[in-house]
Amino acid sequence: MSSLLRLATAGSVDDGKSTLVGRLLYDTKSVLADQLDAVTRASVDKGLSTPDLSLLVDGLRSEREQGITIDVAYRYFATPKRSFVLADTPGHVQYTRNTVTGASTAQLAVLLVDARKGVIEQTRRHAAVLALLGVPQLVLAVNKIDLVDYDEATFTVIAEEFASHAETLGYARGSVLTIPVSALEGDNVATRSERTPWYRGPSLLEHLEDVPVAPDPHDSALRFPVQYVIRPRTAEYLDYRGYAGQIAAGTVRPGDEIVVLPQGIRSRVERIDTADGPLAEAGAGTSVTLLLADDIDISRGDLIAAADAPPQVTDEITGTLCWLSSKPLKAGARVLVKHGTRTVQALVGDLHARFDEQALSSVDSPASLELNDIGLVTLRLAEELGVDDYGVSPRTGAFLVIDPKDGDTLAAGLVGERFS
Amino acid sequence: MTTLEPATDAAQDNLAALESEAIHIFREVAGEFDRPVILFSGGKDSTLLLHLAIKAFWPAPVPFPLLHVDTGHNFDEVIEFRDRVVERHGLRLVVAKVQDWIDDGRLEERADGMRNPLQTTPLLDTISENKFDAVFGGGRRDEERARAKERIFSLRNAFGQWEPRRQRPELWNLYNGRHRPGEQVRVFPLSNWTEADVWNYIAREKVELPSIYYAHRREVYLRDGMLLAEGPWGGPRPGEEVRELTVRYRTVGDGSCTGAIESEAATVEDVIAEVSASRLTERGATRADDRMSEAAMEDRKREGYF
Repeated sequence: MSSLLRLATAGSVDDGKSTLVGRLLYDTKSVLADQLDAVTRASVDKGLSTPDLSLLVDGLRSEREQGITIDVAYRYFATPKRSFVLADTPGHVQYTRNTVTGASTAQLAVLLVDARKGVIEQTRRHAAVLALLGVPQLVLAVNKIDLVDYDEATFTVIAEEFASHAETLGYARGSVLTIPVSALEGDNVATRSERTPWYRGPSLLEHLEDVPVAPDPHDSALRFPVQYVIRPRTAEYLDYRGYAGQIAAGTVRPGDEIVVLPQGIRSRVERIDTADGPLAEAGAGTSVTLLLADDIDISRGDLIAAADAPPQVTDEITGTLCWLSSKPLKAGARVLVKHGTRTVQALVGDLHARFDEQALSSVDSPASLELNDIGLVTLRLAEELGVDDYGVSPRTGAFLVIDPKDGDTLAAGLVGERFS
Repeated sequence: MTTLEPATDAAQDNLAALESEAIHIFREVAGEFDRPVILFSGGKDSTLLLHLAIKAFWPAPVPFPLLHVDTGHNFDEVIEFRDRVVERHGLRLVVAKVQDWIDDGRLEERADGMRNPLQTTPLLDTISENKFDAVFGGGRRDEERARAKERIFSLRNAFGQWEPRRQRPELWNLYNGRHRPGEQVRVFPLSNWTEADVWNYIAREKVELPSIYYAHRREVYLRDGMLLAEGPWGGPRPGEEVRELTVRYRTVGDGSCTGAIESEAATVEDVIAEVSASRLTERGATRADDRMSEAAMEDRKREGYF
């Protein structure tokens, strides 16, 4: 069992995400007396008779003024079984990019709908974004179930409609759980509610504690983007030359045959160093320093990969972009692509398709991609990169598209076609 | 975080993951920026930050200087610790003294004597004088609601200001550090750490901290519900009775607004047990600067504070 679950919330504005997150924090006793005092005081000031739990999480002045969430917040809570890092994301259409931010590292997403409204446009959009990013587990929380008198039939209609939508997006039925919830009243959040006797599943928290988390891709081939060259040049370490980085995929052991990309030079791992001493083996997610058998010219931006299973080396990426900027994307634009530890210049080639997440269909050859659009695009690169398909190796299949003028992040990029 | 138990195996894995993430962040900055600096006050979070930086570049030296914005309201033990650590690791320390800004009229002493809010101007001036383009801070998202909204790479405009509505999306572990001349990026390697993680990691790594984090006898007086020590920040005022108590500090900042708590916790293990039983947050208990308004931290960050 993994000790840590990274999860993200998603859903439309006013579905009660902040209240749900506040409720989770409150019911797991992750709220201390002074924080609760502050919320109680603020709630009384607003004329409320019970503490407004959303105030625990809506930390910005303008969020509290408007009663909406504007930006992603990260929350930490723990139960005896597991620790959680929760990305609490805004639901407003304008801020879908923050849903992408929260979901890019999530192992599970809790998508909220309002029981009175059911599956709406924003639900379908968020589900599509979660599928695009490959978030492996989904929970649909049918919130405000108290406002439909805890009605089973209402719940079942929503659950069925969502399950078939999720299935179209590639989610097997077993990877989606639908729970009737009242974040305000606490029904089925930490404990199962007596007011929904027809619901036989776990509470949200029970599910979060028990859901299996897909392991890091240890059994995939080694991918190690070189971050920084460690050259002490001190008397004690005069000839030391180590390549520092975080293992993006796979496992490394001394003796492993490797290839350095994009140059294509082969060598062998001699030692895996850390400040605490050398390691016999290191897996994905670990920051280490590799020493190689041969003295070759390697610098930041190069990729060390398993010699027998290298990624594709290419100067052209066809990938799915999630466009996060209000500046539209057009063919011919000059952008930067950040992949692993390398940033290269790129020219936008053909815009092949725009994905319509409502109709689950695609529009061929769009003139541009606008804010929140998802599209399939070819990028011509000034330098070669070693890339994997995002579905095979997310860390080496992901990239950023950056505006060379002001440095803004324009898009989340995923190598390969993610929707057909 | 509330549950602060001695770390289990699973929690040790979690600490290893947090360490790897922080090291990755340090190396990204070293690879992408020209003039990074680590904010270092000698407190537990910045001491941890330095410990992780040393591990990130071992066996090479840390390739950045340290910056201390010195309010002049320091605890002697902390300054002694700061200088000893700098010396031991052969680091370069830049000190920006708030007193210098007051002396030449660029800042005015506040009526309440608190100097913590006065740190912003010396910080921004020193960043721009030294052309620092990346500034590491020990801020954690679990400390405070506004900090929970902070990105790991947080772009600040040429005035050092934070604009929460215009934060860049932060995707996977691909940090975008691009900035225009004059802009800077604040970097928070401890973003995903909780107070529990910090103390468990300090225990695991046997990180030395200033002695005032552990129980000791000290003369203190009560003001606004906080136990303040005598110092250059003034006090006790008439009517404030001085008592010698066994205390320790949970956070260490400017002496005018950092209070001690009564405590017998003399070791890291004692501290872990004590904090786990506490019903008050780290800052809520002993930091007057966060109590000034509902959105005190956000407002200061918008001005350029960490």
